[in-house]
Amino acid sequence: MPGVQPLQFDASLVVAFVRSIKNVLSTMVSIEATVGKPYIKEGEKPGHDVSSIVGFSGEVKGNVVVSFGMDTALKVVETFCGMPLDATSDDFADAVGELCNMIAGNAKKDFGLNAGIGIPSVVIGSNHTIARLRDVPCIVIPCTCSAGDFCVEVNIKQIGNN
Amino acid sequence: MKILLVDDSRTMRNIWRKVVGTPGVEVAEAGDGNEGLKVISEQGPFDLILLDWNMPNMDGITMAKKLRETDKNTVIIMVTTEAEKPRIIEAIKSGVNNYVVKPFTPETLKAKIEETMKKAAQPA
Repeated sequence: MPGVQPLQFDASLVVAFVRSIKNVLSTMVSIEATVGKPYIKEGEKPGHDVSSIVGFSGEVKGNVVVSFGMDTALKVVETFCGMPLDATSDDFADAVGELCNMIAGNAKKDFGLNAGIGIPSVVIGSNHTIARLRDVPCIVIPCTCSAGDFCVEVNIKQIGNN
Repeated sequence: MKILLVDDSRTMRNIWRKVVGTPGVEVAEAGDGNEGLKVISEQGPFDLILLDWNMPNMDGITMAKKLRETDKNTVIIMVTTEAEKPRIIEAIKSGVNNYVVKPFTPETLKAKIEETMKKAAQPA
């Protein structure tokens, strides 16, 4: 498609998200995250049990997913909110969504593009899959922290402005 | 002192409330810009509004612009993930007094509120 160019699986994109993940977790949750080696997602293998999705608009299309195992999500949310929350409560989904919102927004500032982000959505349940753009790779950034494992999936492309 | 917290995330409003909710402070909340304007019309002007940018129904920029049509005095601090310089300029042009980028520490938010309220209290 004319005017459409995939963001490359390059260091700058990964660095923007790694910096953002660490910054958001340490500042808002007082948890230090360790980031593993990023890789390209193959097939439809689900991430974890609890996923928050934030879409991009403007000069960037696609979405970012932050996906936690249930136990990890419960622990992270408890620390973030200062109290334990039931996974079925609206406040639990709200907290997970807000973390994804901050990770996406904080990384976005490093793109150097005129891009917006949408309102986060949250999916809870084992073996869920999330539709993604097929013409760009989905970069998985595996993370671990004292609360457990989680991952950030980046599936975005640049539109125009070239 | 009356403070209005406008963010679609209740988690974030609770975090803000922990920072500003001291004795003698009256705190109200709204989940988007429309609700924020409704609360103001019902409860009268506030001294300070903490305002998110990205919200459903009415975003923070639109709410700030609408409020400034009739209210030049209420201090508005935008607290948002939108960190790019053009966005910050857009917010200031829309009538926002100051700007805090998420993520933030409670100390950062508290200091920004104190700095902004102090500046607003000085004669023009």
